[in-house]
Amino acid sequence: MSERVLMCGNKALAEAAILAGCDAYFGYPITPQNEIPAYMSRRMPEEGRVFVQSESELAAISMVFGASATGKRAMTTSSSPGISLMQEGISYLAGAELPAVVVNVMRGGPGLGNIAPSQSDYFQATRGGGHGDYRTIVLAPSTVQEMVDFMPLAFDLADQYTMTVLVLADGILGQMMEPVVLEKKQSKRKLPPKDWALTGANGRKQHIVRSLWLADGRLEEQNRKLQTKYEQVLKNEVLFEDYRLEGAEVVVVAYGVAARIARSAVDSAREEGIAAGLIRPITLWPFPTERIGKAADKYGLFLAVEMNMGQMVEDVRLAVEGKASVLFHGRSGGGVPAVEDIVGILRQASGSGGGEKGVGKRK
Amino acid sequence: MTTNGFCEEIIIAGFGGQGIILAGKLLAQTAMKAGREVTYMPSYGAEVRGGTANCMVIVSDKPIANPVVTRPCSLIAMNKASLTKFGPRIKAGGLLIMNSSLIDGEPELEGDIEIVAIPADDLAVELGSPRSANMVAMGAYLQKRGYLGPDAAAVCLADVLAKRHHETLPVNSKALHRGAEFAAQGS
Repeated sequence: MSERVLMCGNKALAEAAILAGCDAYFGYPITPQNEIPAYMSRRMPEEGRVFVQSESELAAISMVFGASATGKRAMTTSSSPGISLMQEGISYLAGAELPAVVVNVMRGGPGLGNIAPSQSDYFQATRGGGHGDYRTIVLAPSTVQEMVDFMPLAFDLADQYTMTVLVLADGILGQMMEPVVLEKKQSKRKLPPKDWALTGANGRKQHIVRSLWLADGRLEEQNRKLQTKYEQVLKNEVLFEDYRLEGAEVVVVAYGVAARIARSAVDSAREEGIAAGLIRPITLWPFPTERIGKAADKYGLFLAVEMNMGQMVEDVRLAVEGKASVLFHGRSGGGVPAVEDIVGILRQASGSGGGEKGVGKRK
Repeated sequence: MTTNGFCEEIIIAGFGGQGIILAGKLLAQTAMKAGREVTYMPSYGAEVRGGTANCMVIVSDKPIANPVVTRPCSLIAMNKASLTKFGPRIKAGGLLIMNSSLIDGEPELEGDIEIVAIPADDLAVELGSPRSANMVAMGAYLQKRGYLGPDAAAVCLADVLAKRHHETLPVNSKALHRGAEFAAQGS
């Protein structure tokens, strides 16, 4: 089955989760991701799997914890205010080293904000909105097709590293329809056996899943173990895409919906003779720090474009380590960056001291 | 974004219940089947409950960057409120299909906009299917733009219309063709 079908991001993601072997879905409605629980409420029972509309987001994430502890593939989805409510549970999942997939179809904040598309949960997603020394892998789809393709990847990464994988989408990606190909793919990863799962201890040693470590020094030991795991993720799982970087005077850095707009801006700029390129982080944690750092050895000027007031731009600055200048363009609260605005900035920037290092600056 | 290659950005707007969303899905589905790149973006949430509905469709030869349309090449306005809201946003040289059954007079728009005033509701009633006004308007749009025919759209009706409404496929097909005929002949 490789036919292109027209589907909205939310439904496509839901079907992709089913194809990826999601055993249990728990969720509570919130715009702009209601199509996901609605779709799951019909499809999961059809597949003989678990669907529960929980009484709250706190309950939903705790149900994910419970289902995951039994070794099953469990997920929840929500939007920004709901994801804030889930932070306690995500911290507990991290502490107990349980795999989980959490999808955030971001809307405007802070507070109840609005229901318009946004990328303003970058800090929360990449820094961990809950307490404690933990990380979550963050995948940032840019098309409805990637909403689909990242579901099997998310479940695999969660199982491989026994941690939470966040899929960070937004109201546009959730609501928009695009042609998409849905097919079941065989995982290429060798996933570890879930030999810690709570499956009934009759005839075997008891398993304990917990995040409470009171004995002297035991928690530090546990946290070091987590860090070792996170270092493996940093080493092995960074994803990004380079686009038209050859001879770039300005390198745009953008993810998700902002990246597809930035790509269009780069094309327009190139047509005008402005040498612009794009680096698109696909994993936001682990961030493509090394890639951008290397790019900063070669290119003198970066422009971060986001649908927020400036969050990922901090990671770009950390990555360039002062070797290049970093500009920022953002829209917030439902605003979406316009191609023309980005091109305007690129036009201005390309004449003002950017440029490929050692190639000579444009006067 | 229209400087090279084919790119058509359209807004379809009206009351909730006028079949705005369905018309948009039909256009997107038809364009996809014709091998084009396409995005479809609906208004969602509280906006819908407020009584107005709109959707944005982009059809292009190249991958589409931003599915949100701020300056449409074409507008299908099914009621007065939609025309007031989106009419002034139509790009210079663009196309307005307006439902003259519900909108009196012609708007004054800047930028050499081609205006097709079509009594979509009246024509739908004549066909014996008052709810097919959306398809009449869509037929007129397709005729004027010419990159997809009403036949191609009629074939795709079955893909976007819920199965329980499939008995309306023939009359909706007729409505698409009636709209196209009206746009071609002016009556």
